[in-house]
Amino acid sequence: MSALLTRDLALAVRAGGGFGLGLAFFLIVVVLVPFGVGPEQALLGRIAPGILWLGALLACLLSLDRILALDWEDGSLDLLATAPLPMELLVSTKALAHWITSALPLVVAAPLLGVLLNLPGPGYLWLLVSLAVGTPALSVIGTFGAALTVGLKRGGLLMSLLVLPLYVPTLIFGAEVARRGAAGLEVAQPLTMLAGITFGVIALLPFASAAVLRINLR
Amino acid sequence: MASVWEYANPVKFIRTTDRVMPWLWAGSAICLVVGLVWGFFFTPDDFRQGSTVKIIYLHVPSALMAINAWLMMLVASLIWIVRRHHVSALAARAAAPVGAVMTVIALATGAFWGQPIWGTWWVWDPRLTSFLILFLFYLGYIALWSAIEDDDSAADLTSILCLVGSVFALLSRYAVNFWNQGLHQGASLSLDKEENVADVFYFPLLVCIAGFVLLFIALVFLRTQTEIRARRTRVLLARERQG
Repeated sequence: MSALLTRDLALAVRAGGGFGLGLAFFLIVVVLVPFGVGPEQALLGRIAPGILWLGALLACLLSLDRILALDWEDGSLDLLATAPLPMELLVSTKALAHWITSALPLVVAAPLLGVLLNLPGPGYLWLLVSLAVGTPALSVIGTFGAALTVGLKRGGLLMSLLVLPLYVPTLIFGAEVARRGAAGLEVAQPLTMLAGITFGVIALLPFASAAVLRINLR
Repeated sequence: MASVWEYANPVKFIRTTDRVMPWLWAGSAICLVVGLVWGFFFTPDDFRQGSTVKIIYLHVPSALMAINAWLMMLVASLIWIVRRHHVSALAARAAAPVGAVMTVIALATGAFWGQPIWGTWWVWDPRLTSFLILFLFYLGYIALWSAIEDDDSAADLTSILCLVGSVFALLSRYAVNFWNQGLHQGASLSLDKEENVADVFYFPLLVCIAGFVLLFIALVFLRTQTEIRARRTRVLLARERQG
């Protein structure tokens, strides 16, 4: 399992593209928002937590098809499936690798981009916390979507359609934590809900992803 | 004793549904005509909402069926996963577009009612929002069915998507509740509450709901038959090409 993880990480670092592209996308989304809604500082500050969450979510979505598609194309996914590693663990490792390479950079970059959107002072900490707690759920759910569409030729668009509705609860609670944090309100309730979703998803969804992947590899 | 599973045999299924379907069509037509005419012309206007209240005869039944269609798909998917009866998978596939249309009807009639009463076509109210999310789930489900070529894999993948989607749809329902307090009134038909719709509106509404239920069953039977026959045609054509 750790061998698979280091392999995926090394591939992402050496082949490039992985987190660089996601980060650049996140930056562009954030830069485009003021052009769309106008440069008024107060308005930007109010919508900043939501925009940052949405941008991180979309950047995450963008990199999902790299989780399994490359391994599927060169056949290493078949090898991995026959390896003495339970499929559930395989998809969990893949999700972990995706989180480290694609989501973690977004979490780190989000407060920096918050400066661009005039995020209120107390918001930075809670934005960081909510993203750190919420993005693992995005990676795990995304792995399920990637496993569902891995065999399809043009699966990317379909995967967005399948995954985005599944992201709704995570987005609601995550953005709520960031929003309340920025407004200086109590965040404990949405934060526990968000953590609950993340842990629940990590515990249960790999079984569904593994089942789906087995069907696709049949 | 005859078991339910006999109808998993496509031939038996088609034969039986052929016999039942005329009754279903007739029953749903009668219920809908009676319920709608009764509701539209023979009930008084509401003292505050005027005649707009009468959209309830389309809105409530379609909303009810939109949710029940998904539940039926969930049950059919489970049956497919556990017992691998093809008719069950095809029934789930057949129900999805019907459920999606019911969702659209519920959203559209709600918007027509909301415009004069709430003063807006759309608000991000928990019930409205979760219905929109349900519609997205339907879209994804239908899209996944049509994207996969192999029939059995498509049935497997969509049924797992249906299971996972059900959990997330439920989660979204509560998340959305948390996220925004709504304008939409509470349940008006629950059996255990004192405060229900007045009886004048209640009985035609029940007739309409019965009509929608029968219509849904008839449509699902018809579409399942179509799927079975389409698949049979494909097999026959393939056999002909070979031999």
